[in-house]
Amino acid sequence: MYENMPEEKINKKYEILKKDAQAGGYIINPDVDFTKKLVKGLLVNEDRYGYQACPCRISTGIKQEDLDIICPCDYRDSDLNDYGACYCALYVSQEIAEGKKKVESIPDRRPVEEERKMQKENKIESISSLKYPIWRCKVCGYLCARDNPPEICPICKAKKDRFERFL
Amino acid sequence: MELNFEHVKGVNKGDIKLYALSTCGWCGKTKELLNDLGVEFNYIYVDLLEGDPRQQAIEEVKKFNKNCSFPTIVINNEKAIVGFKENEIREVFS
Repeated sequence: MYENMPEEKINKKYEILKKDAQAGGYIINPDVDFTKKLVKGLLVNEDRYGYQACPCRISTGIKQEDLDIICPCDYRDSDLNDYGACYCALYVSQEIAEGKKKVESIPDRRPVEEERKMQKENKIESISSLKYPIWRCKVCGYLCARDNPPEICPICKAKKDRFERFL
Repeated sequence: MELNFEHVKGVNKGDIKLYALSTCGWCGKTKELLNDLGVEFNYIYVDLLEGDPRQQAIEEVKKFNKNCSFPTIVINNEKAIVGFKENEIREVFS
């Protein structure tokens, strides 16, 4: 049902993604055909779920449960560090972008459903004597000290709901 | 209930089921590789399913791959290849 997504829409999204990645110090996969398929996947997910869920993971359709896999996912930076690519290989390392290393399918580091639920339940409110709580962006690691997290991460533009209380 | 797999004709190398996502790049590469190898297989796009069939497909994947990640190839209902493992897929099906 998504076969007819206009090429133009995919190209436009691709260009925005590429530009934003560069601005933030990230690189998107130089294999343009492969990358555009993923970009299409993001648009399809935006369309059917209302958020840009990872195209390579199964979504629940419930945003609150899928926050960690909204692209860029919570696992991108660790995967870039360990494997030189994110789970989908939408984002790649400099080494891979330059063709010095081959991009490969990697294991999914996202905890299984039961573990995710347990992590949420076990989250203990930290006791702190700081004047302000510290909020951490789970996408890029940006930290800020203020009453509430910002609406949009000033570094990576992730939305407020991607922040966790850090201290 | 039987899930509605798409059938691809080819050389019979056992019962091969590919559980994939229609939006996933590695799933696409896996399907292409199986096509290139000319083996007979069945595939299903789990993200395009809704309700009970979707849940059933997820449970079937979890039996062999508790992470429920894609692509998962299930061979003869016995073992699974998880992810686009090109060398392993070539070895098993060549």
